[in-house]
Amino acid sequence: MDDLNTLREDLMTAVGAAADSAALEETRITALGKKGRITALMKGLGGMDPDQRKQMGQALNALKGEVADAIEARKAEIENAEIDAGLEDDRVDVTLPVRPETEGRIHPISQTIDEIVAILGEMGFAVAEGPDIEDDWHNFTALNIPPDHPARQEHDTFYLPGEKDGERMVLRTHTSPVQIRTMQSGEPPFRIIVPGRTYRCDYDATHSPMFHQVEGLVVDKTTHMGHLKGCLIEFCRAFFDLDDLPVRFRASYFPFTEPSAEVDIGCTRDDGQFRIGHGDDWLEILGCGMVNPKVLENCGIDPEVYQGFAFGMGVERLAMLKYGIPDLRTFYESDLRWLKHYGFAALDVPSMVGGLGR
Amino acid sequence: MKFTLSWLKEHLETDADLATLLDRLTMIGLEVEKVTDRAEGLEGFVVGHVLDAAQHPDADRLRVCRVDIGGEEFQVVCGAPNARTGMKGVFAREGSYVPGTDLKLKKTKIRGVESSGMLLSEREMGLSDEHDGIVDLPEDAPIGAPATQVMGLDDPIIEIAITPNRGDCLGVRGIARDLAAAGVGTLKPLDAAPVTGAFKSPIEVHLDFPEDKQDACPYFIGRMIRGVTNGPSPAWLQDKLLAIGLRPISALVDITNLVTFDLGRPLHVFDAAHVSGHIRPRLAKPGETLAALDGKTYELDAEMCVIADDDKAEGLGGVMGGEASGCTETTTDVYVECAYFDPVRTAMTGRKLNLMSDARYRFERGVDPAFLIDGMEIATRLIQELCGGEASETVIAGEEPAWRRQLTLGAERVRTLGGIDVDAEETERILTVLGFGVSRGADGFTVEVPSWRPDIVGEACLVEEVVRIHGYDRIPTVSMEKTEPLPGRALSTEQSRRSIARRTLAQRGMTEAVTYSFLADKDAALFGEIADSVRLGNPISSDLDVMRPSLLPNLINAASRNAARGIASSQIFEVGPQYAGDAPEDQAMAATGIRAGATGPRHWAEAPRPADVFDAKADALAVLADLGVATERLQITADAPGYYHPGRSGVLRQGPKNVLASFGELHPRILKAMDAAGPIAGFEVHLDNLAKPKARKGAAKPHLTLSPYQKVSRDFAFVVADDVTAQAVVAAARNADKALITEVEVFDLFTGESLGAGKKSLALTATLQPMDKTLTDAEIDAVADKIVAGVAKATGAELRG
Repeated sequence: MDDLNTLREDLMTAVGAAADSAALEETRITALGKKGRITALMKGLGGMDPDQRKQMGQALNALKGEVADAIEARKAEIENAEIDAGLEDDRVDVTLPVRPETEGRIHPISQTIDEIVAILGEMGFAVAEGPDIEDDWHNFTALNIPPDHPARQEHDTFYLPGEKDGERMVLRTHTSPVQIRTMQSGEPPFRIIVPGRTYRCDYDATHSPMFHQVEGLVVDKTTHMGHLKGCLIEFCRAFFDLDDLPVRFRASYFPFTEPSAEVDIGCTRDDGQFRIGHGDDWLEILGCGMVNPKVLENCGIDPEVYQGFAFGMGVERLAMLKYGIPDLRTFYESDLRWLKHYGFAALDVPSMVGGLGR
Repeated sequence: MKFTLSWLKEHLETDADLATLLDRLTMIGLEVEKVTDRAEGLEGFVVGHVLDAAQHPDADRLRVCRVDIGGEEFQVVCGAPNARTGMKGVFAREGSYVPGTDLKLKKTKIRGVESSGMLLSEREMGLSDEHDGIVDLPEDAPIGAPATQVMGLDDPIIEIAITPNRGDCLGVRGIARDLAAAGVGTLKPLDAAPVTGAFKSPIEVHLDFPEDKQDACPYFIGRMIRGVTNGPSPAWLQDKLLAIGLRPISALVDITNLVTFDLGRPLHVFDAAHVSGHIRPRLAKPGETLAALDGKTYELDAEMCVIADDDKAEGLGGVMGGEASGCTETTTDVYVECAYFDPVRTAMTGRKLNLMSDARYRFERGVDPAFLIDGMEIATRLIQELCGGEASETVIAGEEPAWRRQLTLGAERVRTLGGIDVDAEETERILTVLGFGVSRGADGFTVEVPSWRPDIVGEACLVEEVVRIHGYDRIPTVSMEKTEPLPGRALSTEQSRRSIARRTLAQRGMTEAVTYSFLADKDAALFGEIADSVRLGNPISSDLDVMRPSLLPNLINAASRNAARGIASSQIFEVGPQYAGDAPEDQAMAATGIRAGATGPRHWAEAPRPADVFDAKADALAVLADLGVATERLQITADAPGYYHPGRSGVLRQGPKNVLASFGELHPRILKAMDAAGPIAGFEVHLDNLAKPKARKGAAKPHLTLSPYQKVSRDFAFVVADDVTAQAVVAAARNADKALITEVEVFDLFTGESLGAGKKSLALTATLQPMDKTLTDAEIDAVADKIVAGVAKATGAELRG
């Protein structure tokens, strides 16, 4: 038995002295391996008488368990020490910059159109479209702008060499021809909006040869000017996110609407600082009116039965006002610094339930 | 259209203040654009009476004036040559600000003599450049009164925008009539009493038009006034014209301008001495020329209406008079023309000659066809008042164009279209004050349209008249009626696809640009043949003269502009139209992007690399995948359009014909031609070529079966000929056992001399996923053998030893 005590002491000392995993493993083999000292004693049990075997067996098993536990404990100690040592080696300067990722942007024109669609979509408008290259009939004549009409001259139209059914091809000067295409190809009622590119042969600080409009058209049997006001007042207040935004309608003229109106929103220009909202000034933002009976007739719709309203607004203008973008021309320059500044994140998808903006 | 407040009040009896008038004007459709208060900043200046102007003791050119401003006297040293005893001038006291010199007056000594205050010139008041002397006010100017009042400067100038339908408001009287209807006053009567002719006009008028062109000038009133004196017009008339920006010329000409702007009735005056024979309004002869009053000579064509005499054209009807027969200071006999010209022909003439005038502006919008005789009588009286002379009887040729028409306004129509109840009395009042003849019946009104309102053609026009005058602001606001309990989908599939493409690309780090639909021919031509039908007839510049065949050139130019600003690498895209021709079906939607320069900035942990074909391919695939395309089933071919690098570009196809996208590095020659720094990798996704989504039976996704058994993978390295595509090798490997092999990926590509010329090694890993049991080694080996055999058969590959 004394031998076992000595063996225990030897082995425990060796376990305690093992400095790393390899030394500990060596100790384990020395003690518990196939040719280990405890294993050897175990093998000797067979030659003993039963009593002695029982006594010795119990003592050896106890020793074996004790040594194995000590090795496990030492192993955990060594591993922890090794991890700790490794941590020190792994240390980095966490102030270094992360790996580069480029952040993309959505153009303010796209974002503004998405916002307009989100609001008017809630009112039951669906998006319709038409070609950028139109013919005179769709762009003018059908909209009650005959060839000799002064309004036609004021449109600064881009012309293309072709003709269709004797009508000159033009770049559409407004999104209104889509009213005509929609009414010709379907049956009332209609409730559509038309975002799209439009073109005028004009270039200066406040005019671009290409810009964007959103047209609106409602045709049914009952919609009147009160609805027109309701629709656009609610639109303006939602778009600018101002519940009490003053909106006024004043008489105007468009060949394709009768009665016609221009819509102003309230603003202030105190101390040269422009702000939308309650104030002593007004700013024109869109034109609208009840669809001229002649336009309905031109599309084969009976104006004695059907009526409705139409409106048109400039997307860039709305974006400039809402987001404080000072210069129209910068929209098309693709200056990445501008796009990063005025653009929107990919996941900023406007909706009425989720909000139009972050 | 400009006028002054006092001018308006000549026609409108009103107590309304300026702010109310301006507000009403804007609300009824006569939008106020600008109001100029000429008295602003001049309020403190008063009428000073120069009691005594004595010679300055020490300066020849200076006078020492004693100025009385009513109970107060000031001593002023003044250098003006016209400063004299007894005159009345404009006095500014010390401390006041003088706008013309931008100085505040201080008490000072001039050559030893004290001077407090100043007598002002027009320039010092900021009114004009006149500085030859001080302002000389009329003798009867009340001493001490505000100078602005005496000088007529307290009369604000109002400028309003007139919409093309309101020719009747191109005269002050028309504006006054609208305001009267809007309830801010009453329209004063107009005195157009006839002037009795003293003799028969020696100049007759003969309308000389072909039968089918009679409408060019259907009605013409003429009159001779002899013995006139044509000097400068009186101050009140000059002031009126100056206020609205017109230059006074002579009494006769000024009178025609006055009647034009006051009553919307353009006139012309001929010097009768230069009219040979009679007046013959007719169409111009081809090649005929006219030296017009603007000093330019115009070549006319046979569609233009001229006022001729027996010899030649003397004026362009409704546009401008001729120089030869224009009135001058020596004119003694004048022939007055008051005629009606066809709006369309007048507009066309002016447009063809690029000649705008106040007359054309009115005629092309339609002048009152029933106001010719009254207009003539008013003009005659003005001429006689200002220039003297004796008037002939009027000469009348042709007849008043038909203008009378009747419309009906249903009793309910204002409510059902205008959305507001306006009672019958108010409706009748509004229309009556606007000049309509109104009779009320059981189911509405029968309305006679006044001669000056050619724009009123139907019931909707009458609704507009009633509602705009009653006030758009009084229409009750009603929300849109809901047609469905919940709104339907607003975007079509095609429209949402664009939106998804945009946000996918932005999410991948690309920035959206919006560029013009047109560009320079020279750049466009690099990207395909440009149809003549998409060349603009009137581009704003040669840089923007054809419709774009692709979005790439604009993006490449955008990258170059950014590079010039110091941003060397651009990742930009655009989702928009491109145009192969001028028909609607020639317009196609593309999601196009480029990555120019390096993949990122320099970084301490990883180096950037130049953007390449695989960046562009990844973008195109990402867009297609997000649009629901099964990208793993697309065919990839190396036949991209010629503006891509022929060896580093490809096409993604769904079936042999349908091209969904192309991608690749841009051809170096294209970049050189565009002066762009390379490399640039780009892609074009042709959104319109995507199939319409199949009608789905509900939103449920296919059933998902997950295997409980371990999947295994095996790696292979195949040596193949250079021209064997990775896609072919992968497909052959997959086809070896379609049930077990779920994935085959290329993980290495090697070329080197060890393989031999024209060879490459592709390393693949194949994943085997059993569904019903664990695979044994033997089974795995069997599949591996099938892969090796299959790839060898399809591509001639050998397993790399």
